[in-house]
Amino acid sequence: MTARRMAATGSTSKLVADLRRGDKRAAAKLISMIEDDEPEAREALRRIYRHTGKAHIVGFTGPPGAGKSSLISRLIKEFRKRGRTVGVVAVDPTSPFTGGAILGDRVRMTDASQDPRVFIRSMATRGHPGGLALATFDAVRVLEAFGSDLVMVETVGAGQSEVEIAKRAHTTVVVEMPASGDAVQILKAGILEIGDVYVVNKADLEGAGGMVSNLEQVIPERGRWRPPVLRTVASEGTGVKEVADALEGHWRHLNASDELAARERARAETELRGALAEAALRHLAAKPATERALTRAIGRVANREVDVRTAAEALLRARR
Amino acid sequence: MAKKIRVLIAKPGLDGHDRGAKVIARALRDAGMEVIYTGLRQTPEDIVAAAIEEDVDAIGLSCLSGAHMTLFPEVVRLLRKRKAADIVVAGGGIIPAEDVPKLRKAGLKGVFGPGTSLADIVGFFEANAGRSG
Repeated sequence: MTARRMAATGSTSKLVADLRRGDKRAAAKLISMIEDDEPEAREALRRIYRHTGKAHIVGFTGPPGAGKSSLISRLIKEFRKRGRTVGVVAVDPTSPFTGGAILGDRVRMTDASQDPRVFIRSMATRGHPGGLALATFDAVRVLEAFGSDLVMVETVGAGQSEVEIAKRAHTTVVVEMPASGDAVQILKAGILEIGDVYVVNKADLEGAGGMVSNLEQVIPERGRWRPPVLRTVASEGTGVKEVADALEGHWRHLNASDELAARERARAETELRGALAEAALRHLAAKPATERALTRAIGRVANREVDVRTAAEALLRARR
Repeated sequence: MAKKIRVLIAKPGLDGHDRGAKVIARALRDAGMEVIYTGLRQTPEDIVAAAIEEDVDAIGLSCLSGAHMTLFPEVVRLLRKRKAADIVVAGGGIIPAEDVPKLRKAGLKGVFGPGTSLADIVGFFEANAGRSG
């Protein structure tokens, strides 16, 4: 841990205790430590895990500009009115060229920033695919331990490869807008399998009705849950209550059926497999010799001396 | 994973000109930093609340309305009150030369008037917002 962070946080147990008391600084520091992969972060996550599991985790996906941030901003207010404590993790992409990122989702969420019962965190993907960062769901755990009973996760929204959120959230909201494609676009976009609630935002624009009926035609039932298609104008707050009702309705549905247990199991499997792959990579890269062998292998693959898979297997064998 | 410098770029006060703030946000992004941009018309309270949740290393304030002598020191004061004085604060905009020493005295580590180069601003954040400190 850096000196600056150590000075600000003290020991790991103090950090966890502060977090459990609802201290925003502790929650914020811990999320940074997780993002930077500091060893103390893993210790803290180990300690808080048993304090998690009660919150309703809702993921939001859909194309950039559809209005995910604006809708979340309105939902924060609506759920605060309903007495809920709310956490938000908003993910934006890291530039693959510079490693930097501009995280701009907060621009639409500024109203809530001074509420002690709301915690909003922006996060860059740092090279992780699938519209989320590696640290996103660890940050969700931190917000649960902090006391949020509803956590909303906003994905990058690249559109067609964001299945991870559906495997890890309890409820997935797909936000679309009018004129973002015809029925065939919807069919091929891969969003039909993942949404528990569909929202057509900017419903005051032309083409909203068509989008809604296109979606209604092609969305399959999910067990005994029929995903609703709702209209909103998030910039004005129209339709937001209905979205909040639908989210609560889906949460009740999950709790009343055996689906919650099934989802928790799917989530555990996704996270465990991910952690295993990550640990294996870390183990593999732990020795400088591997790094040198890797550099050599990259040259050989580039020169067409060996194909990628053969080189990868050779590296694995050499490590054992 | 490498430590990333996180910077909040914020516009306190009532002027609606955020082009400069956006140019700086982009320059810092291109230098490999994570820039949280919070948009126009933020109160010092909003800015400090966001800086704490985002756990930034530094805050860059942009103000073109002439209210920098009130708004900038207020951000520093609120950070101290929230025990977050380790967050570096810098400010820029139309700042007369005679205000610069006063702002520094008020706790701003960097003050950038008209004509400052982007390279100087990026260099400031690299030097003062690193996580080794």
